Amino acid sequence: MSCYLIGNARPEGGDPADLLVTDGTVTAVGAPGSLQVPEDAEVIDASGLIALPGLVDMHTHLREPGREDAETVQTGTRAAARGGFTAVFAMANSNPVADTAGVVEQVWQLGRDAGWTDVHPVGAVTVGLEGTRLSEIRAMAESRAAVRMFSDDGKCVHDPVLMRRALEYVKAFDGIIAQHAQEPRLTEGAQMNEGAVSADLGLTGWPAVAEEAIIARDVLLAQHVGSRLHICHLSTEGSVEIVRWAKSRGVYVTAEVTPHHLMLTDELVRTFDPVYKVNPPLRTDADVQALRRAVAEGTIDVVGTDHAPHTAEDKECEWSCAAHGMTGLETALSVVQLSLVDTGLIGWDRVAQIMSHRPAGILGLTDQGQPLRPGSVANLVLWDPAGATPVDPATHASKGRNSPYRGMTLPGSVRATFYRGHPVVRDGELATPLGR
Amino acid sequence: MKHLLSTSELSHADAVQILDTADQMAAVSSRAVKKLPALRGRTVVNLFFEDSTRTRISFETAAKRLSADVINFSAKGSSVSKGESLKDTAQTLMAMSADAVVIRHPSSGAPQQLADSGWIDAAVVNAGDGKHAHPTQALLDAMTLRRVRSRATGVASTGMDLEGMHVVIVGDVLHSRVARSNVWLLTTLGARVTLVAPPTLVPVATDNWPCEVSYDLDAVLSEAPDAVMMLRLQRERMNAAFFPSEAEYTRGWGLTAQRVQRLEAVGAPTVFMHPGPMNRGLEISSEAADSPRSTVLEQVANGVSVRMAVLFLLLSGDESSPNPSEN
Ligand SMILES: [Zn+2]
Repeated sequence: MSCYLIGNARPEGGDPADLLVTDGTVTAVGAPGSLQVPEDAEVIDASGLIALPGLVDMHTHLREPGREDAETVQTGTRAAARGGFTAVFAMANSNPVADTAGVVEQVWQLGRDAGWTDVHPVGAVTVGLEGTRLSEIRAMAESRAAVRMFSDDGKCVHDPVLMRRALEYVKAFDGIIAQHAQEPRLTEGAQMNEGAVSADLGLTGWPAVAEEAIIARDVLLAQHVGSRLHICHLSTEGSVEIVRWAKSRGVYVTAEVTPHHLMLTDELVRTFDPVYKVNPPLRTDADVQALRRAVAEGTIDVVGTDHAPHTAEDKECEWSCAAHGMTGLETALSVVQLSLVDTGLIGWDRVAQIMSHRPAGILGLTDQGQPLRPGSVANLVLWDPAGATPVDPATHASKGRNSPYRGMTLPGSVRATFYRGHPVVRDGELATPLGR
Repeated sequence: MKHLLSTSELSHADAVQILDTADQMAAVSSRAVKKLPALRGRTVVNLFFEDSTRTRISFETAAKRLSADVINFSAKGSSVSKGESLKDTAQTLMAMSADAVVIRHPSSGAPQQLADSGWIDAAVVNAGDGKHAHPTQALLDAMTLRRVRSRATGVASTGMDLEGMHVVIVGDVLHSRVARSNVWLLTTLGARVTLVAPPTLVPVATDNWPCEVSYDLDAVLSEAPDAVMMLRLQRERMNAAFFPSEAEYTRGWGLTAQRVQRLEAVGAPTVFMHPGPMNRGLEISSEAADSPRSTVLEQVANGVSVRMAVLFLLLSGDESSPNPSEN
């Protein structure tokens, strides 16, 4: 039997309260000092800390199987725990691709064995992410991994007929298609956002319309067939407008934004440092501001990290041959505080929505994203909003050293992460995984 | 100035100093003994990840006229597929104690990465990177324009800038590092620059550029500009639907015989420039290329002088004169 009393925390930024966690479940919540506490309870002083439900990341690249030199399920979920996440969705672009029940069960089992967070594999929409044939979606849904989200992330399902069929097919088990919106012909050889900076630098541009055209098509398809559509990593002001319009028409579309698109702009590309090379590309300040407002008004539903670790060899090279992507699990909540909370756009209750309740709800998770009240599974993070996180990638739990925030000091810090009632992070450091 | 990476970072004073030094270097090149001892014992590496015999020979000639040791390092084919080679190559060059690295690379930004990386401490000279910049080409164009102005006015070129000159740059601006470098440099020196191209070959967001953009070559030529610079057109652009046919491109944006005749008829002062190699009959007619108005060969000669000036200024520290009287 394990028992923790988390004392004087502010659940979702509200009034201070004590939380009692017994054997993996929140068993009591009350005013500070009001709870009956078992004698053997371990007391954790959470004065000044905010308690949030454990974060759920809909968009993580764990790289295993295939690129264990860049990340493994073990290192990626350690990074997740340090960032306050208790569940991550592992994208399908591994090698082999997660397009069969065998691969998704392997990743699911690796996550279970590691014991740092839940790991939910995402299934590929098409065989080998090649965009030509549907993969065995139902087999993945019925596997032990119980896959509900399908995505060719990294590539766009650009064939409109195939996209229509995928949207229809997953209705059989209430699945959802997550689209990486990138029109391939408009982005051939694209290196960065197309605009004033690409004009100066002579790098091939990645126009906003290449993202917006696919989103516009897909919300209309989703409406036509009555399916659920999730848009990964919105990056432009125009994408926000299309999603807002679709929602106003009753289309079941949900939208995600990454932390980096809420903070960084394409001006950084002037350094030619490939740490800033990412897909979708960093956009303009006008886009950043529009994305922030879209989170505040509810057009954007969730923050997903698109954590994309890469080896030094894949990043320490010329811009044009560097890999796309940046790490994000260990800095996500800090960037959300900096760009959304400290700017006054949203409060901590909305942070709990976009990083926990809502992603868990979209994906039908019953044991994640629950409110911090008696009876809930004890997935929670204790966050110090007055803390500071100096970013030194060498100290990250992720194998990836490609953090665009390196050298910065970001606001806030994770003090503890409870995963199913077990403290996987304590005093800001990794502790022990959950044993099963 | 530690490196020469882009003309956007050159001040008016920097640019005039380089051009004045280049004029002094040109004087050396016209002597019987075309050599200065200025960089004796220094090593210049020509690091070319992309074929360009013309540019490499120009830099090699410049370095040798300054008595530097020259190493030609051709890394073509090893770069874009396997990215670590830039870092490895840089470290190899350090082991050879290079004092300056002249780098040509198909990837925009590679010279800046080399300069910023901490992999080397040599001076880096950008000899053309991707579609980004080609600063010594722009400098040789500016030197040529200054000499054109000097001949027209009878005023010595030393200390002169390009204030009030109207330069028209025509062609594939979108893919041209030459156009970009000239826009920054020529306007820093006071020139008025007009870009002329089919709309498909202009970047989408040039609002911040200090120049005008036109799609109508004849309208711009009717202003009798001081110079018209024709950019080389890659024939394969047609396959990517940037324009429908070579004939249509030439009719719209080529320096054709008819356009030359129209300039002659109004007595325009316009000189014809081209960075080479020329596609005769495509962007430039033989009538234009072989006209007395053509500065193409003068540009090549000025290229050596400008590159001598750049290497000299980067490698010889504070000394401001190459002391041409010395042998
Ligand atoms: Zn993606």
